[in-house]
Amino acid sequence: MSLWAQLWHWLTTSANWQGGTGIPTRLAEHLEYTGLTMLIAMVIAVPLGIAVGHTGRGGVIVVGVANGLRALPTLGLLTIVVLAAGIGLLPPILALVVLAIPPLLAGTYAGIRAVDPAVVDAAKGVGMRGWQVMLRVEVPNALPLIFGGIRSAALQVVATATISAYVGLGGLGRFVIDGIAEQDYTQALAGALLVAALAIVIDLVLVLVQRLVVSPGLNEVSTRSARRGTRRTRNLSAPGAEVAHTGGSSS
Amino acid sequence: MTGTMTWLNAHWGLVLSLSWQHWYLALIPVLIGLVVSIPLGWLATRSKVLRNTFFYLFGFLYSIPSLALFIVIPVILGTGILDPLNLIIPLTIYTIALMVRSVVDALEAVPWHVRAAATAMGFRPLHRFFAVDLPMSVPVLIAGLRVAAVSSISLVSVGALIGLSGLGDLFTEGEQHQFIGEIVIGVVGSLVLALVTDLVLVLIGRVTTPWTRVRT
Repeated sequence: MSLWAQLWHWLTTSANWQGGTGIPTRLAEHLEYTGLTMLIAMVIAVPLGIAVGHTGRGGVIVVGVANGLRALPTLGLLTIVVLAAGIGLLPPILALVVLAIPPLLAGTYAGIRAVDPAVVDAAKGVGMRGWQVMLRVEVPNALPLIFGGIRSAALQVVATATISAYVGLGGLGRFVIDGIAEQDYTQALAGALLVAALAIVIDLVLVLVQRLVVSPGLNEVSTRSARRGTRRTRNLSAPGAEVAHTGGSSS
Repeated sequence: MTGTMTWLNAHWGLVLSLSWQHWYLALIPVLIGLVVSIPLGWLATRSKVLRNTFFYLFGFLYSIPSLALFIVIPVILGTGILDPLNLIIPLTIYTIALMVRSVVDALEAVPWHVRAAATAMGFRPLHRFFAVDLPMSVPVLIAGLRVAAVSSISLVSVGALIGLSGLGDLFTEGEQHQFIGEIVIGVVGSLVLALVTDLVLVLIGRVTTPWTRVRT
């Protein structure tokens, strides 16, 4: 039987869809890790990014930390955390949070900084207070870049949650890691395809949410620069952002 | 801590050879990715359809987690289990995904009057591309390459899970021996590789764009 036929057989075997080690359970675990991590990371990173972007203080540190953490090998971080803090749900989740924070922080910070100063001045001119400017002008205008950060972080977390099966977590990564360990490549391949499908579906869902939440006046141009990294957003997203602001500041 | 230093003293050779292996497994894909992205990016600036196709296709590929891609690629290509291509090809795909956008942005940021001046001076399109458009794109390309290279160095470690890596081997081995020092050395080594590579790219960027530092 070819590998593809075996794969089909594995995916259609009902035993693989049932019980505590079946696909639905593993999928639910994967979603649980991803959701929990994103929630914790967003609670920390988004307000911090907004504050740093609004005040303009600490921006260099934020960008430096975000770029530096990109170099951190995820597998190394996971194994260190688990050896140091023990097995269980919390240590790997903390490692995932550490990896999710930089893209969120960088996206939020860059988003707030990229808001046209003229728009902010206009908001002040019509009598808005500092926090009103922040919440009603800067944040809505920064949403495309904030969503860029959320999408990068979510992809990072889904990918690293897969790897954390190596340090004893559940999730879809179990099929991949166990498949490799048992030299059962059908299982590893099935797991890999399920993970890839999940990552793509999550990204698509986030794109849809972004369409619903972001004001239609803000086009997608600036989002692209956020996903690529923060270093260049200042000069490159500026033309797009200018176009966007003409229609987008009313939200 | 003493255990870590003792281990390092006894295994210098291993750490160095793993670092070297790590470095070229990470950077060969970045080089191939750059060379492939330039023509793809150029094509994308010429056709809206191609541009959208590339962006969606590579956005799609980029969202596939590395471990999944490391498993799926050998099955599609029929490469052997420990073939370095299983690592090199997925990392090349990620690099292209990052760099095509950089190339498009860079080429579109070349001021039209510079292009027009070059054309007026008699540059033919291909010559102009290599003598004017591409050099002017270097700062943006270097910015993209820095992200791609650092991510690639970080991702090679994941290859340890499919038996292909450099310093990532220290993570799996340290985990099996329950020896945290070995993992710390691997992490530090990986960070040093990323930092050195990043600095080299910055230097290359400075050397190849002398006009950005002209004082008036």
